[in-house]
Amino acid sequence: MTQPAEKLVFAAPATLTPRLTHFCPGCHHGIGIRLVAEVLAEFGCIKESIGVASVGCSVFAYNYIDGDWLEAAHGRACATATGVKRARPDRIVYTYQGDGDLAAIGFNESMQAANRGEKITVIFVNNTIYGMTGGQMAPTSLEGQVTTTSPRGRNPQNEGLPLKMAELMGMLPGVAYSARCALDSVAHINAARKAVRKAFQVQFDRLGFGFVELLSSCPTNWHMTPLDANRRVGEEMIPYFPLGVYRDISEKAGA
Amino acid sequence: MSADERILIKGNEAVAYAAVSAGCKCFFGYPITPQNEIPELLSRLLPENGGQFVQAESEVGSANMLLGAGACGVRAMTSTSGPGIDLMQEGISYMVGSEIPAVIVNMSRGGPGLGSIDASQGDYFQATRGGSHGAGRTFVLAPSTCQECYDMVQEAFDLAFKYRTPVLVLGDAIVGQIKEPVLRHPPVRQPDDKASAWCLEGMGERAPRLLKSVYLDDGALAARNEMLEAKYKAMRADVRSECVDVDDAELVVVAFGSMGRIARSAVQMARAAGHKVGLVRPQTLFPFPSDLLDSLAAQGKRFLVIEQNAGQMVDDVRLAIRHHGDADFYGVMPGIFVDAEELLTPILNCLGGVK
Repeated sequence: MTQPAEKLVFAAPATLTPRLTHFCPGCHHGIGIRLVAEVLAEFGCIKESIGVASVGCSVFAYNYIDGDWLEAAHGRACATATGVKRARPDRIVYTYQGDGDLAAIGFNESMQAANRGEKITVIFVNNTIYGMTGGQMAPTSLEGQVTTTSPRGRNPQNEGLPLKMAELMGMLPGVAYSARCALDSVAHINAARKAVRKAFQVQFDRLGFGFVELLSSCPTNWHMTPLDANRRVGEEMIPYFPLGVYRDISEKAGA
Repeated sequence: MSADERILIKGNEAVAYAAVSAGCKCFFGYPITPQNEIPELLSRLLPENGGQFVQAESEVGSANMLLGAGACGVRAMTSTSGPGIDLMQEGISYMVGSEIPAVIVNMSRGGPGLGSIDASQGDYFQATRGGSHGAGRTFVLAPSTCQECYDMVQEAFDLAFKYRTPVLVLGDAIVGQIKEPVLRHPPVRQPDDKASAWCLEGMGERAPRLLKSVYLDDGALAARNEMLEAKYKAMRADVRSECVDVDDAELVVVAFGSMGRIARSAVQMARAAGHKVGLVRPQTLFPFPSDLLDSLAAQGKRFLVIEQNAGQMVDDVRLAIRHHGDADFYGVMPGIFVDAEELLTPILNCLGGVK
């Protein structure tokens, strides 16, 4: 009896370093990182890329994605990436940031870089919580969400409502592409990959700022099993954070 | 106009021209008085010279943009005044920790708080103690004339790349706003090309590079800080002062920046009146000319420190001469303009000539 020939149907891209991640079981960061690595491999631009790491669980992206990397201060990745891109306009520059980093302490740097139309790509992982510091309330925490700093649940009268970054980015003329995707199902992950690709494509085409928000889970700080956390993305996050493309000037520009 | 022709310009304008001549390719800044001529002039000059000018959303933004450009091995600069330096401390700390070269000009003003837009030397501690959290230090140059603004900004880029560090140029409202003839010249030293050994440019065919300041593994941060401390010590190779009439001086006046040039005039007036007075004007504030002052103190000379603050550099002078004696201090409060005659009185008092 002959053995069936092995057929490789799924492999890690060469841009992803062969290293175990530090992420908790069920965390979606690993998927987000992989999508970026896949797109960089697809474009064949890893050798011309400069990544800008943020602060939080996302910081160690530089351990998993190949290429040159710079570590920014908390919230400043878009300002730092501005400096990199202005110094090296011929390179592909991108950031990988969480919600506390991009939407709280770095809100101004993020929005201003977007409004200037910096030719950079920003991958924004929204898991509605501060992961690395241990589960504090984030600017994206949902109404009623219990965190270590909102023990009675996020109260809009006291803390306001969660920021919708993809929509805000979509309002800025410097933004070439803004979309929100989710990492909770194969269909959503496939859509997210296309969005990440588009967010890099507008940088290649020098159309402006490319932005993708990825709705992600944090089972550890949500105090949920990975499966329950995955379900929460669809049942609680997507209704408040609708998936979709909020700005795309690439078709108008014929790209 | 030829490059070696002297032109009448403000210290701020001298900073901008020097940056361009030194090969500065990126400027990031935010408006603040009294340094606005620097970004205004560079917003025109840099694009004309193949560079980038970005008016940032804040000094937090400009310092972190500076970090990004410096990480690429590109000569980059920002300028601001005291309150802006406060906001830049984060970026400065990360640049020190990540060994990223950059030039930061502080045309300082009065404080604390919004203070005033007049000259002040109240930022001495902030500049020379590293300013930010975590014990980092920056190289600090202190110009006293428009020509020195030009020369020191040129040199600041070389020092930044030599030591892979942010270099602070600490001026003030006087030296920024005064107009003097400035000889514009090509950089004295050749640009340091060693950036190719560490800068980010896309990995190409080499191994990937990472510039960072986080060191979490056992002992890693201690080793990192030992390396940085060794670098701060090595900076002493570039310590520099202007010495005037110190050889036979009984009293040495120590003053820096704008106060240094006013004090020099006062010292010359005292000399003309027959008093044996000299001047040491530190041109680098970190590293500080401690060895020079120590050797002068060993000769039995006495010291008077004059600053436009309530006493900051005097601490460094006292530390430098501690084996031999102490130093007197005369402070001028920020916002008060003094001339040489007003500084003559404390000098004569110190000599015992006037009571």
